[in-house]
Amino acid sequence: MLTAFFENYNYYVVIILMMTGLYVVFSSRNLIKKLSGLSVFQTSVFLLYITIGKVEGGQPPIVSENHASNDSSVMVAGGGEAAIGHAGQMSDVLYSNPLPHVLILTAIVVGVATLAIGLALTVRIRETYGTIEEDELAMLDYTYNLEGTDA
Amino acid sequence: MTYSAEMALALTLLIPLIAAPLILICRSQTNIREAVTLIAAILLLVNVANLVVTVAGGARPTLLLGTFAGEFDVSLTLEPLGAIFMAIASSLWLLNSLFAIGYMRGNNEKNQTRFYVFVAIAISAAMGIAAAGNLITLFIFYEALTLSTFPLVTHKGDAKAKRGGTIYALILMGTSLALFLPAIVGTHVIAGTTEFRVGGVFPEGTSLLATSVLLFLFAFGIGKAALMPVHPWLPNAMVAPTPVSALLHAVAVVKAGVFSILKIVIFTFGPAVTAATPMSTILSWVAAISIVVASLIALRQDNLKARLAYSTVSQLSYVTLGAMLAAPAALVGAGLQIVMHAWGKITLFMCAGAIYTVAHRTNISSFNGLGRSMPWVFGAFLVGSLSIIGIPPMGGSWPKYFLMVGAIDSGKAILLAALIMSSILNVIYLTPIAIRGFLKPPDNPEKDTEIRAIAKAHPWVIIPPVITAMGALILFFFAGPISDFLIPVLPLDSF
Amino acid sequence: MSLISFFPDWMLTHGAAFLVVVPLIAGAIAAILPKRQIAAALTVAVSFICMLTSLLLVLQIIDGQTINYALGGWDAPHGIAYVVDGLNAPILFLISAIGFLVSVYGMPTIIAEVEPKKRAPFYAAFLICLAGLLGMVVTGDAFNVFVFLEVSSISTYSLVAMGASRDRRALTAAYNYLIMGSIGATFFVIGLGFLYMETGTLNMADMAVILREMEGGSRVSEIAFGFIIVGLGLKLAMFPLHTWLPGAYAHSPSMVTVFLASTATKAALYLLLRFVFTIFDVSFNYVFDVEIYLLAGLGMVGMILGSLQAIFQTDIRRVLAYSSVAQVGYMLLGVGLGTAAGLTAGYLHLMNHAVIKGALFMALGAFWYRYGITRVTDFNGLSKSMPWTMGAFTLGGLSLIGVPFTAGFTSKFRLVEAAFLKGWWWAVAIIVVSSVLAIIYIGRLLLAAYFQSPPEVNGHVVAKNEAPLLMLIPMWFLVLLSIAIGINADIMVDLAEGAASVLLPISAGATP
Repeated sequence: MLTAFFENYNYYVVIILMMTGLYVVFSSRNLIKKLSGLSVFQTSVFLLYITIGKVEGGQPPIVSENHASNDSSVMVAGGGEAAIGHAGQMSDVLYSNPLPHVLILTAIVVGVATLAIGLALTVRIRETYGTIEEDELAMLDYTYNLEGTDA
Repeated sequence: MTYSAEMALALTLLIPLIAAPLILICRSQTNIREAVTLIAAILLLVNVANLVVTVAGGARPTLLLGTFAGEFDVSLTLEPLGAIFMAIASSLWLLNSLFAIGYMRGNNEKNQTRFYVFVAIAISAAMGIAAAGNLITLFIFYEALTLSTFPLVTHKGDAKAKRGGTIYALILMGTSLALFLPAIVGTHVIAGTTEFRVGGVFPEGTSLLATSVLLFLFAFGIGKAALMPVHPWLPNAMVAPTPVSALLHAVAVVKAGVFSILKIVIFTFGPAVTAATPMSTILSWVAAISIVVASLIALRQDNLKARLAYSTVSQLSYVTLGAMLAAPAALVGAGLQIVMHAWGKITLFMCAGAIYTVAHRTNISSFNGLGRSMPWVFGAFLVGSLSIIGIPPMGGSWPKYFLMVGAIDSGKAILLAALIMSSILNVIYLTPIAIRGFLKPPDNPEKDTEIRAIAKAHPWVIIPPVITAMGALILFFFAGPISDFLIPVLPLDSF
Repeated sequence: MSLISFFPDWMLTHGAAFLVVVPLIAGAIAAILPKRQIAAALTVAVSFICMLTSLLLVLQIIDGQTINYALGGWDAPHGIAYVVDGLNAPILFLISAIGFLVSVYGMPTIIAEVEPKKRAPFYAAFLICLAGLLGMVVTGDAFNVFVFLEVSSISTYSLVAMGASRDRRALTAAYNYLIMGSIGATFFVIGLGFLYMETGTLNMADMAVILREMEGGSRVSEIAFGFIIVGLGLKLAMFPLHTWLPGAYAHSPSMVTVFLASTATKAALYLLLRFVFTIFDVSFNYVFDVEIYLLAGLGMVGMILGSLQAIFQTDIRRVLAYSSVAQVGYMLLGVGLGTAAGLTAGYLHLMNHAVIKGALFMALGAFWYRYGITRVTDFNGLSKSMPWTMGAFTLGGLSLIGVPFTAGFTSKFRLVEAAFLKGWWWAVAIIVVSSVLAIIYIGRLLLAAYFQSPPEVNGHVVAKNEAPLLMLIPMWFLVLLSIAIGINADIMVDLAEGAASVLLPISAGATP
């Protein structure tokens, strides 16, 4: 049991972080806290991707002459094949698949951009309303929302 | 281009439609403007008479106007029922135009050109309804009629007219979009066509639930039939000038409604399917209740036009009742009711307009002794009332007779009670008006001699109702030919 | 197709990539342009080029062909492939054509609604958003979808927030959209992670093959599917996940509202179609259950509740926003039917709704532009003060209700027919009820506009003040287009049937 726990250790961390982040987003009424929750939530996904990037018995995804199936009309599981490795060439090496890392590099950039926009919006909201508490914001817009006015 | 039946069919729509811009062009020359209306009405009448003869000979002229969305045809097909509706609308347009000239000039109404233009367009739409070859076409002309009559209802332009017009448009457009249109779509999906065919289009084995739902949607979706509770548009439309009420709310619009229901029962469902649908029983009860309740409401109205409006609601439900009973006699009765009620009710409305033009009175309680100074008008009113009530030898007696036979034929004899009760109520709310005019002493005798003099100055509000009253009388003898004319559309062997 | 011969050869080969790269680069350039006019001209030019390019793509695929474009010469499945087929080419054209119309329409409104300093960045964000939307539709690589989804979303957040100078609530609306949008995108990327775990590939066509070989795969694929559906559901405003939409539509600048309403949810819906039918398959039990119960079910709930909420709004833009939620329900119902007829109807409604809602929101923008009004009560007498704009709004509204001779009728009718064919009576009833509710919320506005008098200000009745031509022309173009579709929908139906045949390759042509 303990082995099973340690084998899936990463996944437990991912799940805990994911749920914590999501809970923070939904439960807190402070705009900054929500954003930090969102960040935690997104970070958990990075961990997930990194975790699945470890493949036992893989080999570097280098396209060799005899293996290449560059004919795109023949749909083969090319990427998967490269990551898992050829049958009969299985090694015991714990191999890092670079693809998830690359993906997560992109996702991190996206996450940073989102966070930046979110923080920028928070700054503008603070300048305009003088508060970043959602309840107070709702109160300030109460009459607006009631009448649907623009003025 | 030779004058063929198809050409004639196209002309029924085109004549009023071409008249409309001509009227607009001649707006500064009022006499020429009125002449355009009258000439168009005469041409239309001749044209329709010709078509009626063609149709009586067994021909069914057909005309494809266009196709949209790949599968929906807009087409015209004239059959006897439609020809009858066309004949009523075109003949009464002519008489009503004479009346309208007298009324509009006599009351110095504003925007007379607009009035004539939209009446012409409305007549064109009514002709389209009469000749519609399928449900989609019917729906399009139905909406066109609503839109073209809206400016007529709000003619006065004051707050009351606007309010009446809003209710008018709201109920008619609302019910047609919310119920009528889905019913058409449903019919198309189930039957694969929206065409009108003798004997109906639904394939055998269509579930009763489906036909029930569709019948319900049609009955209330066609708001112009004024089945309770979608009737309030009709009393509200009475804010319009009387010629509008006379032509549209006794003839074109309301008859378009009940005509549509009758046509759908005969040609979309088929009488056999209608009779087999449980919903038809429920709807015949709704119609019977409408007949009685509307009569009761009419009884309480002092304003003549309001009383006539509720009387119309009641009388229209006779047609719906006949359609829902779906027995051959009942369907003939419904067809006859469309004709007879049109002639009777337009007489009453024209008389109301004449009384307003000459004596400026609208409330029944002020009619004491007025018949002595306006004998022709009140005489016509009496004849019209008797026809509506259904006393022989008036045209209106036939439909009542056929409806009663139909009710017995279809085993719903208990509905006779509603018909009889309504006739009694008709007597109570219609006859006192003429009686009051003739027999009660005038409230103010000096004033009445004045009215006698004024009446001489307005011949054109008095002559048309007298003609239509005579028509209501003469039609008594034409019930046979009319029902013979209708027989081909009734699949008698289905019973 | 002779039209193709008008285009240069390099465009024939590189059209798919060109479509994304051009607005992306132009966006970067627009950000540093000193003057609004230059940025506006650039935007119009770029979106026009995009429209032509996507038209070319549509012409190329119309006979059922598929364009596979290997980005950077790296062939699929190792490289990123752009795939254009009958399913996404019409959406590409829709997005870029709406983008072009909107950028013309936006020229006057931007001056009125966005602060001078922010106008060039506004255009930059708009172009990047356009690139993102086109990218997420054109790409055949699942992770690339996520990237473009975020590219379009992040630029949309800033576009919405730029409405702040008009209405400060734009800021909170943008913030809420950001939170919900990011959660949706993260759900999507989690789903992709699981899918990658299962299949070991990111190429959509590859995934499809592997998943079919595995007959749906293990629980991991099920989980992946669930995450992806929720993620996309958030983006396309599927009923209970729609809360971001009314705020974002109601407070952003007019141009953005029109663009979002016509394209953003449509692109997300396209992805849903792609994932449910192409990558996964309805023959998998879990996909089938989700399709029948979740998509169709929530679609119908959305149709009713969205329309009901629309009736009770006081802000016109919210009325139309909730109406959009309801209309998304129609499309989901079409998807949920799962038959060729249902998919054709849903797809047709997707395109028609983009045209109709675009026109309606353009009219609302014009009302604000002239009179600064957004309340339902402000509609009084608008038929007299802005007859042409109100005319466009009326025709658009009738189309939204589904009156014959309008686009709305064509697609709703097909949807009803498809539901009948499948024997879903209750669905037909719900379509009818929802249409009746549409009559109420549109009718209410039309009544006020036509039957009330214009308000008086200082004793004078408000003067007639028609919208500028630059706004009227795109608006009327869309309105007339919707009428044209209502009269003859052959082209649209062909495209929709082509899309349905991509989604259900086996039954293509077999069912009507």
